[in-house]
Amino acid sequence: MTAEPFVTDSATATPAHPPAPSAPKTVVNPPPVQSSRSRAVERVAGVLALVGTVTTVWLGLWVTPPDAAQGDLVRLVYVHPGVAWVALYLAFGLAAVSSVLYLWPRTRSLFWDRLAAAAVEVGVVFNVCTLVSGSIWGKPTWGVWWAWDARLTSTAVLLVLFLGYLALRRVPAEPDVRARRSAFVALFAAVDIPIVHFSVNWWNTLHQGATVLNPGLTLKIHGSMAWTLLLGFVSLTLVFVWMLLVRYRVGVLEDWLDANELGLALAERQSEGSGAPGPAARPVGVA
Amino acid sequence: MHPRTGWLRMWRDAVLVAGKDLRIEARSRVGLSQVAPFGVVALALFAFALGPDRSVMAKGAPGLFWVAVLFCTVLAVQRSVSVESGDGAHDGLRLSGIDPAGLFLGKSVGVAAQLVVLEVVLAVGVVLLYGARVAVPWLIVVSCLLGTIGLAATGTLYGALSAGLRVRETLLPFLLLPIVAPVLLAGTRIWQAAMVGGTPATGTQWLRLLVVFDAVYIAVGVLLFGPIQETA
Repeated sequence: MTAEPFVTDSATATPAHPPAPSAPKTVVNPPPVQSSRSRAVERVAGVLALVGTVTTVWLGLWVTPPDAAQGDLVRLVYVHPGVAWVALYLAFGLAAVSSVLYLWPRTRSLFWDRLAAAAVEVGVVFNVCTLVSGSIWGKPTWGVWWAWDARLTSTAVLLVLFLGYLALRRVPAEPDVRARRSAFVALFAAVDIPIVHFSVNWWNTLHQGATVLNPGLTLKIHGSMAWTLLLGFVSLTLVFVWMLLVRYRVGVLEDWLDANELGLALAERQSEGSGAPGPAARPVGVA
Repeated sequence: MHPRTGWLRMWRDAVLVAGKDLRIEARSRVGLSQVAPFGVVALALFAFALGPDRSVMAKGAPGLFWVAVLFCTVLAVQRSVSVESGDGAHDGLRLSGIDPAGLFLGKSVGVAAQLVVLEVVLAVGVVLLYGARVAVPWLIVVSCLLGTIGLAATGTLYGALSAGLRVRETLLPFLLLPIVAPVLLAGTRIWQAAMVGGTPATGTQWLRLLVVFDAVYIAVGVLLFGPIQETA
């Protein structure tokens, strides 16, 4: 029967040795459980995204013909615009709308905050993919990895704004304070985007004259190419939806862990002190 | 005696807050003894980076001026936030019943006034050190005033958002500088248009952009500064 100073120091104060079966245990809320319906939605979205993406890859690489001018490079048209659509419109739009809904008192709920956070995080992935796939396309067609074209520049500015939002979210704070702060930053960024768009357009136009640097979009697209392009858009949207659902669920679990971390650690220490280690000593509900 | 509601009260409070900030500034001289010299150092560093050829520097002068202004804006905003951070000053301001919109405008005016002084120093520096030759002075003056209003308004908003954060010093530039990118683009273009050999007509559309930028962020600040303060 050795005294355990660490255990007696713990916040539960009451005599820690010998811990009777009725000794007060630190209360830890059970982790949120995903409903079977949302689990099903997540799975269906995942399967559809996978099937769509595989089909797009098959159509894009083997079925569709190479382009007369661009050869096999044209196959990037099945990826690049779709990724850009998700990053620049879907993800950012969703983040902006969710943030406004969070700030609006009548619709204020952490649901919107987590949705905005998930949209931004997934959006950053798609934004980077947009820039990378654009660079891969730009090098052989324009001869450079990067051009200070209006679209490229606005996309890069958007990425930086997204990253700022995520950096702010990483600062530890109460969930409500963090949600409010993040929503304001998303709102300020959303207000800025049209201004950035215009300014960068004028900037480039004045700088280079009327150079149009979008070879992919001026191509004539017909038959199998058009269908593959459309399927690419749909599949990438599904990939976005699936990632969003998973990220949202992870966000819920993260918040639970933030709120219960200390309680969990205390419960583990108590179970050590009681001489009954292992999962049996952990509070009910903690898997 | 006490205008209880509306615009009058907002402006009265704005004048009070701006007066307080500028009085603190006049007594501490942080802007004059630290921020302005930093701006001059930045100008010298740009000159070192571009080499001793003054024609290259004169060509880059508009952009370099505005980059220096942006860096100094970050410092001025940090300073404007830090004067409220000690001794519970921030809570005191909120308790005093100052109108939040007035507080926003007052803080913005305080930052803007310091930036204007700084811009005069930097503009003289650009002309003397880089050999920039101005053809249309009024364009320069108007662009500086409009750009300063936008920088001060956005800076005050982000300053308030990041006021309570321990990572404020590192986070604020990261959040603020991309947002004010349009001010840099517009300011630089207007200056290029106003230089000898520029085309002044191209400056006016950029002035319009600055007006829109200012109006948007002033509106956002006036409407939302109250709730924003609650995040600190």
